[in-house]
Amino acid sequence: MQAFLIDPFVMMYDAPLFFVEVLVSGLMSGVMYALVALGFVLIYKASGVFNFAQGAMVLFAALTFVGLWELGVNPWLSLILSALVMIGVAFSVERVVLRPLVNQDPIIFFMATIGITYFLDGFGQTIWGSEVRPLDIGIPNEPFMDFADWSGLYINKFDVFAAVVCSILVALLAGFFTKTKIGRALRAVADDHQAALSVGIPLKTIWTIVWSVAGIAGLAAGILWGSKLGVQFTLSLIAFKALPVLILGGFTSIPGAIIGGLIIGAGEKIAEVYWGEVMGGAIEDWFAYVVALIFLLFRPQGLFGEKIIERV
Amino acid sequence: MIYREAGQFKTSYKSDQALLPIAQDRFFIISLLAAAYILVPMVANDYWLNSIFLQFFIFSLAAIGLNILTGYAGQLSLGTGGFMACGAFSAYKLATSFPDMHIIVVLFLAGLITALVGMLFGIPSLRIKGFYLAVSTLAAQFFLLWLFNRVPWFTNYSSSGVISPPPIKLIGDYYITGTQATNLTQYFFTLTLVVVMALGARNIIRGHTGRSWMAMRDMDIAAEIIGISPLKAKLSAFAVSSFYCGIAGALWAFLYTGTVEPLAFEINQSFKILFMIIIGGLGSILGSFLGAAFIVVLPIFLNSAPALLGLEISGALVTHIEFMVFGVLIVFFLIVEPHGLARLWGIAKEKLRLWPFPH
Repeated sequence: MQAFLIDPFVMMYDAPLFFVEVLVSGLMSGVMYALVALGFVLIYKASGVFNFAQGAMVLFAALTFVGLWELGVNPWLSLILSALVMIGVAFSVERVVLRPLVNQDPIIFFMATIGITYFLDGFGQTIWGSEVRPLDIGIPNEPFMDFADWSGLYINKFDVFAAVVCSILVALLAGFFTKTKIGRALRAVADDHQAALSVGIPLKTIWTIVWSVAGIAGLAAGILWGSKLGVQFTLSLIAFKALPVLILGGFTSIPGAIIGGLIIGAGEKIAEVYWGEVMGGAIEDWFAYVVALIFLLFRPQGLFGEKIIERV
Repeated sequence: MIYREAGQFKTSYKSDQALLPIAQDRFFIISLLAAAYILVPMVANDYWLNSIFLQFFIFSLAAIGLNILTGYAGQLSLGTGGFMACGAFSAYKLATSFPDMHIIVVLFLAGLITALVGMLFGIPSLRIKGFYLAVSTLAAQFFLLWLFNRVPWFTNYSSSGVISPPPIKLIGDYYITGTQATNLTQYFFTLTLVVVMALGARNIIRGHTGRSWMAMRDMDIAAEIIGISPLKAKLSAFAVSSFYCGIAGALWAFLYTGTVEPLAFEINQSFKILFMIIIGGLGSILGSFLGAAFIVVLPIFLNSAPALLGLEISGALVTHIEFMVFGVLIVFFLIVEPHGLARLWGIAKEKLRLWPFPH
């Protein structure tokens, strides 16, 4: 009991700098979770579809990027090409899967996205092979030495880079959603499909746009995660890391995804470092889920989710 | 013409409420059972008995379990694999701690333990709904597998991590597990168990409990207003569903693979069973069987298809293509018939009733 209730806090108190380091690295990986969760939120917001395929889209985008780069294409060009491929994926998903399923139950859409997951996983690996590909985007995975000398804190350059990229992306998306005409149309569709249709907003175009944006967010996530873990099949599984973030933050909220990501990232890291050993290790597999679950018991719609109103 | 109930009069309430009120249905089920008990053991070889039929029966049980929870009670669950693992490991602990216990008792108790665990993970369903609940059930999946992987007590402190169930006798000299067990014994045992449990499920669903589940599924607030307790309805759905999944998991580990390992029950297994009930038909016992048959036969077919066509493809590529075809088929089925194979069966029956007339 002592090892569980007292020792971790003593450790935190004894080495505050180490605690801050753990916290910061947790927050940074939380940002990366948020990036994956963002793709889910975008699609859920605009179409009410719980897109399970986001993880597969991350993998597929990263595979395409690395594959093109290895073929000798200039990295910037292959970035643009992979973005175009993701837009192509969005087009075909809308045409082949979503359009014939209009008006079905949400669970049918959910199952269809699991089908898309299987297809994309298989398709990507059929084309690009299944071996682990290292991805080096030129950002060293080492701490800022000057800053470390000055303050005693070791903060990883790559983590900071990832956080900056995420912030830019989120800012862009927020601007896109609030300032542009398409963004306004997206929010209208999210509010009420039928009302949006009746004022002349084309649902098909909106769905394609939103899946493209989610695909590009997936590309960003795939490149960042890929340079951390190598581009391989396990990238597809980080979707499972993003799900607790999603329910914690609420399915419909972009800020929710970010803050949920930060909470889960930091909580998971701290739990693993300070409590992991007592509990037998590798608790990060389920810790995030249990945190999210306990949280949901008190706030069933997540942190920033829309209040669920039910009528008979 | 063929499937027409005209002239079949019911003269008592008992015959009106029979499980299969129509004579053609009775005939169909009886001939199906006769085929399963007599014909299949006569013609099938060991590969068919073990790899196809046993797997099919076990998956059908798990699919019935999930269908009770998702199809009848409306609680979407992604934690089936975790509950199956729970059944497998509790059966293992029971069988090794009490070597004299009969296999049926072991399975029953393992099911009960899993039902308790299922109720525990079902508690959040009282507050959380829809996809939030689906994601929460992943907590059960990941937590249970982690528990069985990391806590050595569950594996009897085995150093290798690979554990096998002890050989257990069914009756007399007939072994049901271990190397002495014949495929035929296992086949008959599982078949009987599946038939009994499917009948059980069908009857629970016809009764008060099943009706309260369906009311809860269709609209929970309305159900509550007409006097159905959500606590009882939801938790009983989780309990019964986990009971079925637990027994399926125990059978999988004891009879089918012969080893008890958490890896066999990972998240993909949960998805597989979810596919079965979606493809087979939500809220249908028959659908659970049809879906299980489809998902069991499909990979075998996909594996042998390139050889039949005379193509030579490497193993890894086959796996990837299998993934693709699987995904495409799921989407295809959802578009063509979102209510699953059971609905197709219903349409076929309707056509047979009218035949030879079009309307």
